[in-house]
Amino acid sequence: MLSLTVETKSWMHRWPVETKLLLVCLFSLLMVPVNDWRLALFGLIAVALLYASAGWAFAKIGLVRLRPLSYLVALLFLYFVLTARLEEGLLVSFKLFATIGFANLVTMTSRLDDLMAVVEWLAKPLRFFGLPPRALSFAMGLVVRFTPLFLQKSELLHQAWRARSPKKSSARLLVPLALNVLDDADHVAEALRARGGIGSHKGAQPTNKNKS
Amino acid sequence: MERQVAYIALFAALIAALGFVPPIPTPIGVPITAQTLGVMLAGTILGSKRGALASLLIVVIALAGLPVLSGGRGGLGVLFGPTAGFLVGWPLASYVTGLIVEKSRAGNLFLVSSLAAIIGCVIVLYACGVVGLKVNANVDMMHGLKGSLIYVPGDIVKAIVAGFVTQQIAKARPGILLSRTSS
Repeated sequence: MLSLTVETKSWMHRWPVETKLLLVCLFSLLMVPVNDWRLALFGLIAVALLYASAGWAFAKIGLVRLRPLSYLVALLFLYFVLTARLEEGLLVSFKLFATIGFANLVTMTSRLDDLMAVVEWLAKPLRFFGLPPRALSFAMGLVVRFTPLFLQKSELLHQAWRARSPKKSSARLLVPLALNVLDDADHVAEALRARGGIGSHKGAQPTNKNKS
Repeated sequence: MERQVAYIALFAALIAALGFVPPIPTPIGVPITAQTLGVMLAGTILGSKRGALASLLIVVIALAGLPVLSGGRGGLGVLFGPTAGFLVGWPLASYVTGLIVEKSRAGNLFLVSSLAAIIGCVIVLYACGVVGLKVNANVDMMHGLKGSLIYVPGDIVKAIVAGFVTQQIAKARPGILLSRTSS
């Protein structure tokens, strides 16, 4: 599966991901008290300039990513106009584009591995509630591996249905799909246990013993 | 522990997969997909805690930057969007759905699961969504609620499908429903 990182390198790619995430928090916090649409527009222009600084190709990808949002914002704007709050509509629209654009920028300029590392770091305290440090990253890996597999499985089920029935395939096919998920989960769990498990408490692997 | 992780991760993967099949694009940009059906099934099949963790896992993966949300969306920007509440509310929705199935062991599984999905993944989730609309886009709660109502019939159909699937799974594999076993 593809990540949402954009490969064309820019100066923003070189910044550490932690700094960028802190900047997103800071920027969105700064945007909260803004209640003049001109100021919000200023923020939006600043974000647009950041996109432009990474080159036209990069900015274009950024714009495409914002397209689904723009329909929603257009609808919201219409709502504000209909409730006779034009200025507030402008304010909200600019704010949304600015903060989401800024946050997307971080996603576009950071490697997935680095972002995952931050997630793992944030989840570290969960150790005290019984989450082994490796469990989270392992679970994320499983999701990435199994999502395309289930998609494929679902497509196969639909094909099998179409080959045998003149009727349109129905939600009934979710039953074999979900059963497949449950069976796969059992197999994965067995395979994991056979290889020493993920929890460090059982300590079948010497590396786990050292850690605990 | 291995079993828990495997179930949670694979259900998160199911939620992601359901976001892509079958997609019905809408002009509003949020395509109608079976993705919330996955959130419901996580609750009805895995139960409250594991269901919530499966939903939470896919939310975290989406925010970290994988396009696992319906229509290939993902990334940190989703968190600041007008519909953020409908995503961030998933773990709570799965939790409530699972909790209801856990608490009513005696009732007819189809009815209990459908009703649990309606309460958890329609009522609770829409409440989260409306709060998100208020926080991120300053839409009045009442207006936000009215605007979201067009999605309710579709979600109720999904809840009924979730109830049906849960019941069929219980028939095919007795004892596999983690929401109704004590372990």
